[in-house]
Formats: sequence, C-alpha cells, structure tokens
Amino acid sequence: MRKLHQFHGGIHPPTNKAQSNQTPIVQANLPSKLTIPLHQHVGNSAVPAVEIGQHVLKGQLIGCAEGNLSSSVHASTSGMIAAIDKQLVANSSGLPELCITLIPDGRDEWIELDPCLDWLECTHSELRLKLRKAGVVGLGGAVFPSDMKLHASQQKIKTLVLNGAECEPYITCDDLLMRERAAEILEGAQIMRALLSTEEILIGIEDNKPEAISAMRAAVLEGKYQGIEVIAVPTVYPGGGAKQLIRVLTGIEVAAGVRSTNLGVQCFNVGTAYSTWRAIRFGEPLISRIVTVTGNVSHPQNFEVLIGTPMDELVAHAAPLNGTRYYIMGGPMMGVPMPSMQVGVIKATNCIIAASKEIFPPAQPALPCIRCTRCADACPAELQPQELYWFAKAKNFDKAEDYHLFDCIECGACSYVCPSNIPLVQYYRFAKSEIWAQEANQKAADTARERHEFRESRIEREKREKAEKLAAKEKAASAAKTQRTEQPPTLVKTDVNPEDTLQLKIQTAIDHAKEQAAAIKPLNTEQLTPAQQAQIDEIEAQRARIREMALAPVADHTKG
Amino acid sequence: MLSALLAMSGIAIALGAVLGFAAIKFRVEGNPLVDKIDAVLPQTQCGQCGFPGCKPYATAIAEGEADINKCPPGGEEGIQKLANLLGVDFKPFGGESIPKPKAVALIDESNCIGCTLCIQACPVDAIVGAAKQMHTIIAAECTGCELCVPPCPVDCITMQAIEESAANWKWKYPVYALTASK
Amino acid sequence: MPGFFSPFITKPVSVSQIMLNVMLALIPGIAIYVWYFGPAILISLTLASLTALSVEALMLKIQNKPIAPFLKDNTALLTAWLLALSIPPLAPWWLVVVGTAFAISISKHLYGGLGNNPFNPAMIGYAVLIISFPVHMTHWLSPNGLGAISLSFMDQLNYIFQGTLPAGVKLDAITMATPLDTLKTQLHLNGQVKEILDMPIYGRLAGHGSEWVAAGFLLGGIYLIAKRIISWHLPVAYLTTLFIIAGIFHLIDPTHYVTPMFHLFSGAAMIGAFFILTDPVTSPTTPKGKWLFAFGAGLLTYLIRTFGGFPDGMAFATLLMNICVPLIDAYTQPKVFGKKEKRS
Repeated sequence: MRKLHQFHGGIHPPTNKAQSNQTPIVQANLPSKLTIPLHQHVGNSAVPAVEIGQHVLKGQLIGCAEGNLSSSVHASTSGMIAAIDKQLVANSSGLPELCITLIPDGRDEWIELDPCLDWLECTHSELRLKLRKAGVVGLGGAVFPSDMKLHASQQKIKTLVLNGAECEPYITCDDLLMRERAAEILEGAQIMRALLSTEEILIGIEDNKPEAISAMRAAVLEGKYQGIEVIAVPTVYPGGGAKQLIRVLTGIEVAAGVRSTNLGVQCFNVGTAYSTWRAIRFGEPLISRIVTVTGNVSHPQNFEVLIGTPMDELVAHAAPLNGTRYYIMGGPMMGVPMPSMQVGVIKATNCIIAASKEIFPPAQPALPCIRCTRCADACPAELQPQELYWFAKAKNFDKAEDYHLFDCIECGACSYVCPSNIPLVQYYRFAKSEIWAQEANQKAADTARERHEFRESRIEREKREKAEKLAAKEKAASAAKTQRTEQPPTLVKTDVNPEDTLQLKIQTAIDHAKEQAAAIKPLNTEQLTPAQQAQIDEIEAQRARIREMALAPVADHTKG
Repeated sequence: MLSALLAMSGIAIALGAVLGFAAIKFRVEGNPLVDKIDAVLPQTQCGQCGFPGCKPYATAIAEGEADINKCPPGGEEGIQKLANLLGVDFKPFGGESIPKPKAVALIDESNCIGCTLCIQACPVDAIVGAAKQMHTIIAAECTGCELCVPPCPVDCITMQAIEESAANWKWKYPVYALTASK
Repeated sequence: MPGFFSPFITKPVSVSQIMLNVMLALIPGIAIYVWYFGPAILISLTLASLTALSVEALMLKIQNKPIAPFLKDNTALLTAWLLALSIPPLAPWWLVVVGTAFAISISKHLYGGLGNNPFNPAMIGYAVLIISFPVHMTHWLSPNGLGAISLSFMDQLNYIFQGTLPAGVKLDAITMATPLDTLKTQLHLNGQVKEILDMPIYGRLAGHGSEWVAAGFLLGGIYLIAKRIISWHLPVAYLTTLFIIAGIFHLIDPTHYVTPMFHLFSGAAMIGAFFILTDPVTSPTTPKGKWLFAFGAGLLTYLIRTFGGFPDGMAFATLLMNICVPLIDAYTQPKVFGKKEKRS
C-alpha cells in the first residue's frame, strides 16, 4: 500500500454527485447550430481557416493554431459555415470573442481521418504533431495544449499523475468516463508515458468513486500494464487540484511559478488521456467531450457533447425545471457563470449546472472580517487569506504580492468557510488582474522609454555623422584645390553650419529630382480622354497642395 | 535640580552626536530622484505636460519647477504615485489636462500619401513607412501620444480608443453590499 | 451572468452563530456562579447586555452603518457578558453601564467597529473600571455559607440600584476580597502559603466556589474546542505557560509561591484562556503567532499576579499582548505551499 501524503486545509462541501452518476453516458443529439469559439485554450486564439458559406466535414480544421502556444479548432459535425463573428462565449469576462457558427447538414459526415494502428512506430515528434493537429488540450479545466506538456525535459520525469480525483461537487464526467472507457484512458496514458519517458503512472481517484476505481483497476489487470497504479485518495476539496493531487500521491509540493516537470512529475486529466488515445489511434480531433448536466433539471446525467453545442439545447435533454436563472460552467466552487444560456460548449466545459435560487441561494451581504482564520485553516496553499483580503481590499497590491497572492489557486475554500460571507476569491481575482494590468503597463512604459531614448540617440548620432562627413569632404576638397592651383583658396567657410549645408544639399537634391521628373514623361499620357485629363489635373493639384503643406514643417524642423 | 539638568543635557548631547554620526555615515550619494520619477511616468512622451518628453518633465518635477498633476496619461493613479514618492499632497487635474481613455493611433492606409511627417513626429518610432510608401502604425508600440495626428497633411490618422475585450478584461472590485440603506 | 461569482455555495456558519456558541459555552460557568454567589450576576449580565445593545445601535446609527446585521452578530452581547463576569456582581448599576458603554463605544466603534478594534473591548472596559473605581471593583460577594449574612435576590437588586442594604447589614458582612487578593495581602503581611490556604475562603484548589466557576468555564471551553469554534492553541499554550511558570516558582519556594493549580483555577485564568484571549479580532492569526501571544499573556499574568500591583493580571496581560499582535503576525507569517525549506 502506497503511503499517501496530505495537504493543508481543504473542505468537505456536499458532493451532490449521486444525482448525475446513476445513468450511463448518453450521446447528445445533433443541435440546430454549433457556435465554436476560436479561443478555447490557453495561448493564442486560433485563426479562421474557412470562409462563410463553405461546406465542411466533421473533423475538418476550421481554426489554425497561431504560434507555438495555441491549438487547432475543428468542425464538430458536417455542415455549412454560417458566420465568423464575435459572439458571447463561455468565459469569465462575459465579453464576446471570435466564433465560427456551423449549421449542421444532418449527415454528420466525417472527413478522411489518419488513423495509426501502431503508435509505437511513430516518432515522438510525429505523435506530438498529431496531438497538436487534433487540437488536444487539457480537459480538466486548464485547457493547456497537451503537446506542449508532453516534452521529455532534461530533468528526468519519474511520475505521470493521471487526475481522476474530480473533487468539485456536482461534476461526474470523469467518474463516468473512467467507468465506461477505462481501457482507452489507459492506452492514452501509455502514449503519454512514452512521450515523457516516465517510470510510473499514478492514477488518483477520490474514494467517493468506488465504481470508477474498480473499473480502472480491472482495466489495469486486464491490459497487464506494468507500473500503473490506481490509488484511492481521500475525498477532500480541492484534492483534485493538480498541485494538491501531486502532493497527495508523491509528497512533492509544486510551488506557484514552478514547472512540475522540474520536480519530476507531470499531471494530466483522465479525459485528456482518453482524447489523446482517440487522436493518435483513430486520428480523431477533439470535437466532443463528456459533459455533466445537473442542477435544476429533473434528469441530471452525463452526455457526450459536440463542441459548440448551445448549452440550452444540451440542458433540454435533461428535462430542465422552472426557476433556472443562469448556467454555471464547471462546479459550484470554481465554476463560471455563463453570460447567456445559448453559449456553446467548449473544450473546458466539464459540467453545466442549471442554477436556481433554491440550489444556490443568493450570497448574504458581507460583514467585516473578524480574523477568525477559518480561511487560513481551509487554504490548501497555506496562505493567510485574511491578510490577502485586507491588502486586496485596500488595493495595496505590493503587500498582497509579498503575502504570496500568486500562490492562490482560487479554489474558493476560503470564501466557502467565511462566517462573514466575504467574497474573498473575488478580491484575489481583482488584485491579480490589477497587478497583471499594472505589469503590462509598466512593460509598455519601459519599452516606450527605451524606444524613445534610442530614437533620441539615433537623431543625435545622425546629426553628428552628417556633420563629420561634410566637414571631412570640404576639408578634402579644399586641400585638393590648394594643391592643384597653389592659389589662395577662395573663401572656404570653416565655421559653416552643417545644418545650413545640409539644407542646401537637400534643396539641390530636390531640384535635381524635380528636373529629372520634368524630363521624364509618363508613357501613357497620350490620347487621354478629357475626363481622364481632368482627373489627372485634380490629383496633381492635390499633390502640389500636399507638397506645400509637407514642406513647411520640414523646413521648421531642420532649422530647429 | 542641577543633576537633572545635567542628565538631560547629557542625553541631548549624546543623542545629537549619534544623529550627526548617522547622517555622515549613511549619507546617500547622488540624486536618483529624477530616475525614480521617470519610472513612475507612463512614457507616452506626449508632451501634454508642457515638456518635450517624460524625462524632462521628471527633471522639472525633481527640481520643483513643475507640478505633479500635469500628466494626463498617467491618470489620477499616476498623480497618487508621484505624491507618495515625493511625500506631497495629492493634487487633482486642473484645467485642460483631463485624462482620456487609452488609445492607439490608426492610419487610414487608403488615404496615406507617404509624406513621412508622422514618422518624424513619432517619439517612439512606432510608425513604419518610407517616402511615397504607405505608412502604418505598430499598434503594440504606440503610446497613444497623438503627436502624429496634427502633422498629417491629409488627416488620415485617427485615435482609436482601446476597448475592453476578453483579452484585456479585468476583474472588478467586489461590491461591498452592506450599506445603511438596506 | 454578472453579479454571481464562484464559489456559489457557502458553509452555513455565520459570525452570529459563532458568537452565540461562545455565549452558550459561558452558561455552565454562570450557572455555578449563581449557585455559589447568588443571582446578582444575572442582574449585571442583563444590565450589561441592554447597555451594549443600545450603545452599539447608537454608534452604528451615528456612523450611518446598517444596524440590524451588526446587532444580530452577537459580538456586542458577548463583550457585555465577558465584562459583566469580570465585575463584582454587587457593583452599583452605573459601574456596569459605564464600563460596557466605554467598551462598546470607545474601544470598539471608535477603532472602526467589528473586526478593527486592536484591543479586547471587554478587557478595556475592565481596565477603565479598575483604574477609575478601584474601591467598587474590590467588593466581591462572599460565596454562600462564608459570609455572615446571605442576601436575597430583592436585597441584591435594591443594593445594586439604590445602594441600600437591609437594616442592620453592613457591606463588610456580605463582601470580601477575591482569593487572589487575599493571598496577595496575606503574603504581604508575611504569611505563609500553607497557613493562608487554610483560611475558609479557599477550597480544594483555589478559592472556595470560584474554583468551581473556573471549572465551569473550562467545561465550556472544551465544548468550544470540540465544536471547532476556537482553536486549541491559544488556551492550551496560555494555561501551560501559566502552569509551568507557577510550577517553577512553587518548586523553588513553596512557602511563598502557591501551586500552579491554584493559578489556573483562580481569577480570570480559565475564562481568559478560553473566552478572552481567543477573541479572533484581537489575537494573532498565524499558528506560531498564537503560541507566542499565549506564552506572553501567560507570563505577564503570572508576573502581574505575583509581583505587580493588581491581584489579577489577566486583563492587563491580554491588553499588553494585544498591542503586540500586528508585530507578531508580521514576523510569524508561515511558509506557503511549495515554498518551505526541505523537510528533514
């Protein structure tokens, strides 16, 4: 039996998982339309690869990954591209982002896929490229492009942690996935293990999911896998946070800003392992995922849903009840309230909770903090939330950073236990985004200063170089003259102002150019219609006016 | 009485000596104030303060020749920072210097005649182009100083306010719901 | 959906419930108090509660803060109870009112109200009273059976509000000094611990009757720890410190220094350990800080009791340590997740 470690704090909210994990995963019907955002992942937004009116097949690339840290987006079914525009999407800001709207043709016709019967024959870079092309991203919520995480680093990565903990209340999509598709998850994990060349795979599942644990264990036995261990971890929120699960399984603490691979661990969600397998073995891009639909519905259950499916159409399958005020994407602890009920399901959508007043009563007004430290006792990052709150509230951001604001994982445990009902996490999010904005501003200011100083020095240098050049030339010329004629030189201005000379030279050059321009006659100016001639005259007049206007300030400038 | 007086003056002399020694021992060389002020200024180089750039303004503040409320791009936050740095009172913006929303310049490329005047005006070299070639602004480098707008002979440069988008969106300050009216 | 943010669920524990639980935990001690000293304490508890609520409401009104949610949070009531329990039960009514009003208005609201007061309001109230009205603050009721005469409830009420005693009864006949006070006086008169403790005012461990009141508070404190209303660190560290220091002195010279158990069960040690030091607003928030704070309070309590000018040191020890809280917190910030030194 493996010795499990503990992390500090944590809470035990009602799990509310039994409602949705009683029935198997159901294939959701084809919706009337799909709204597929191009920015569903960490990194740069994908760039549209299709045009309005174009017919696409299921699995066809519709958004190209842009830059290194980005991911591809695919058509979830066959149909016609109806729009490429900004729409409300499933994000925290509630601000619209670029989406591709796809009207299904009902045939659900696949594009020709590129399956791989034996992935062991592929090189690692080929495998990573396949994942990148398939748009596989982390499905646990972070949506980080998976290919970027599957590089063997210089540091030996000993352990691959597969996260099936699913600690958030209400969510059961990973539970059902592990129960029903355990073998495929393990196959995906094998690919990940090969890419990372890790020794062991530890699969952490909270002990409130006995069916999933036994299904995974049975699959390990059946597949005769070596070095894969399915471990039941205690049910405590946020035990499914990557840092917390790594701590529980290996004892390693990954601090904020540190890559877990540098400490010899990498962590993936079980859903990501499943998608990895589908992408490599069958060449299937990530166009669907398992979503728990629960909350204020009479048949809470899990669906396999096409990415882009409007949430209200999906919730309709679960027999919604009256009184739903809004949808939450994710769980009640860290979930995001949706700006509209019609937003499309994205790769990060693990759960949709129909929120009613009964399930989630409105927050009580906040009382002052009494420094009871229940938040500190609950904080899995071992922070002092009451201090952070104090600083964030006072907008004392430097102090907040000193007290490790950026180690906060925003799990919400502090807000959950706060007897004064203070929206603590809100204050931390506010402080974090203010600090990021300040940093961006500071960076922009530093760049501007640098560029300004460079420009000043360049102007200075150019002036100096020109003056030097001129002086050298005149010196040479006068010397030559003296040599040739042996006559006293005719009035050489030694105290010549280089700017004046420059002005003179520019004037000469301009005159020269003018003469040249006058000499050259445009080839196609013969046999012009009067209308064309009028047009030309008009343009010439405009040009003359512009030249006049343009010259005046230039003269000013050179004088100064 | 006498001993008390002696004791008091003894203490005063001793403390004075300590202070005097500390002043010599821990003397700070130079005046890094200009750089400190410059670091707070937003570096738009816009000249709205009446000085030909941020550094000259910083120098003027350091020498006591300029007020701290002359930098609209820095906003009230900027004034507050300067006030904190210099240990003086906050001073609100007066008269015409009112902060505008952050913006970047945009060249209407179909009207640009390629005169290079804006290039010469740009304090941070954020405009690309050559004589008789269309110019364009590198939005990422533009400080929104508006110095390129007046020289344009064909008025093809406009200032575009930066709108809130999903990319630059910020979390709002939580509303403290507890008030007497409730 | 603007206006809603995660987390969407909260644990249904409020400040009001926490404070109510703390007040519940005081009840065993109060009940024993009534058993030994008569119902006068109930009068001062009621007086203090009424004063606290009205002053709190008034202060909130002046500051234009909402009244209902703050009155319902029970913090003012708790302050009133703790103050009433540290004042002699037979004290005139205005003493309770002045002390409570000062505690709520000056030491709580003028510092910003709930959550912002640096000093424990009840202890400030106590300190003000003991400095301003030292005579009234030393007339403690004799426990039942010890005093020459026992007063009825009506007699006590009469005395508190009108200052009149039944005909023929003198104040000295019904009151006496506290056990700690008596000990101090007798030691000062060159008495020996052993002889002093044979006096009828003393019981098994400490003062007759008052030791059981302390035991009642201990019981309440254990309830609070069991319910996780307070953390065990502060009381345990405080009582341990007091026990060890008193033990060391007692071992060195048993004739002049009383047993550690005497210290734990007399004066405000028990109520202080579980109900006063643990006031979250005025105690440190870090685990290490809590240890330091309680250690300092224990040390100061013993020093003031044994060598200082006041018979009990709990209140001043608390206030002195309250001053240090910001400093203690600043210097005892714990290492965060992943940023600790290598564990050995």
